Amino acid sequence: MKILVPVKRVVDYNVKVRVKSDGTGVDIANVKMSMNPFDEIAIEEAVRLREKGVATEVIAVSCGVTQCQETLRTAMAIGADRGILVETPADVDLQPLAVAKLLKALIDKEQPGLIILGKQAIDDDCNQTGQMLAALADLPQATYASKIEVADGRASVTREIDGGLEILSISLPAVVTTDLRLNEPRYVTLPNIMKAKKKQLDTFKPEDLGVDITPRIKTLKVAEPAKRSAGIKVPDVAALVDKLKNVAKVI
Amino acid sequence: MTALVIAEHDNASVKVATLNTVTAAAACGGDVHVLVAGHHAAAAAAAASQIAGVSKVIHVDSESLAHALAENLAAEVLAIAAHYSHILFPATAAGKNVAPRVAAKLDVAQISDITQVASPDTFERPIYAGNAMATVQSSDSIKVITVRATGFDAAAPSGGAANVETPVAQADSGKSSFKGSEIAKNDRPELTAAKIIVSGGRALGSAEKFNEVMTPLADKLGAAIGASRAAVDAGYAANDLQVGQTGKIVAPQLYIACGISGAIQHLAGMKDSKVIVAINKDPEAPIFSVADFGLEADLFTAVPELVRSL
Repeated sequence: MKILVPVKRVVDYNVKVRVKSDGTGVDIANVKMSMNPFDEIAIEEAVRLREKGVATEVIAVSCGVTQCQETLRTAMAIGADRGILVETPADVDLQPLAVAKLLKALIDKEQPGLIILGKQAIDDDCNQTGQMLAALADLPQATYASKIEVADGRASVTREIDGGLEILSISLPAVVTTDLRLNEPRYVTLPNIMKAKKKQLDTFKPEDLGVDITPRIKTLKVAEPAKRSAGIKVPDVAALVDKLKNVAKVI
Repeated sequence: MTALVIAEHDNASVKVATLNTVTAAAACGGDVHVLVAGHHAAAAAAAASQIAGVSKVIHVDSESLAHALAENLAAEVLAIAAHYSHILFPATAAGKNVAPRVAAKLDVAQISDITQVASPDTFERPIYAGNAMATVQSSDSIKVITVRATGFDAAAPSGGAANVETPVAQADSGKSSFKGSEIAKNDRPELTAAKIIVSGGRALGSAEKFNEVMTPLADKLGAAIGASRAAVDAGYAANDLQVGQTGKIVAPQLYIACGISGAIQHLAGMKDSKVIVAINKDPEAPIFSVADFGLEADLFTAVPELVRSL
């Protein structure tokens, strides 16, 4: 069984982005870029399934600009066997529906038994691509996974839901999206980085896959959020209780 | 122009996030209908029909809808989607699970986590963990939306008198089945609906200490308990208590952060709280930059003292 793992190149989670002064977006020039953290968890899980003998091959996919190759090399350093870049122009805002369509075309080509994605990207915070892909490919889905077990053509997935956990059994092929507690991704070692450089990386264009990636949503404006005015320090618990009772009147 | 709200419910009652979503739907400008898809969910449908501003409730009942499986719930929405200009889900774990499935089948983009309706096709939503607010316009014929509950007031749960229609359910997809759940049972308010939240961080040091220090404070205030990612990763608190960018987004009247340093991802989940209290012994902790009242103290002495003073 092949596992397909889409990965996204995003602004590193440690970077506090700044809104551009002309209000057209956030400034990502000269900012550190990394693999979306949830996607790293997805790659790790796929590699573990291959190491357990459940899967035979892990294919990492990234849709975006040329530099997404670096993200794919990271995925291959974690253990993905090969990479596919769907290269899109830098001036096109690539949105989840378009990505889901590109991935659907790759599913038709590669016929994976399982597709594991991060539950959301930490840049646009959309939380859409996995579910959209499942819909377009008519596959069952299990989002926000904290545990995945594969046996007899089905996956048993423990999902994080509001209030606790839920267990679903889904028939394969299927789409699973990862939550934080699924695993802890391994550190990438230098020998594995070197090895990853030699792994196969194929590049397609959206036209090759017959997909129209025209954005459906237009960003009119990006602004700074309302700032909270700085508060005060209180000297002790008694002063805190007094403020809460008599100033804020919240208790 | 009519908007459809997908109710979040437990078959017996309607969850509060549904009420915020109704307010967002009304702001889109037309009538508001509510879909209650469940099993033995007549009580939830009746509750939905009472919500102020709702003109019709569509109640679909089937065993296959008992657990809100994405495949089956999406099929119910799609069966009636053509009648609507807007389809809105609460941005809860359940809503976020199903909405993109509906959008993709309709070949429309989804607008996630809206915090404001500027016009019927233009919405405001946070990006980059709330460090920027984007105003976005959709060119699609049907707008599929998830609604961040903290951005909208709750509609009144009573005062409405909507008709309830009961169409026949779609067939079970057969591809997915519910095997069980572990839902923590307690009498505390739900995290996303609580008026007061007390939240603990890594400084608590262990699950025992987390429980020992935070529970009495929560009990005293009738508060929900939250946690930072660091506390959840370390196993001090359950996963679903995580407050932050990719966990729960909360905006209570009072948020008390104990031993939480205040990473941007955590602040993203709670900075819209009305009053924020931070108790931390590190004077440089970023949490103090958003706190209305900061107490620089060791939480192991300050929190028990706070419990005694309340």
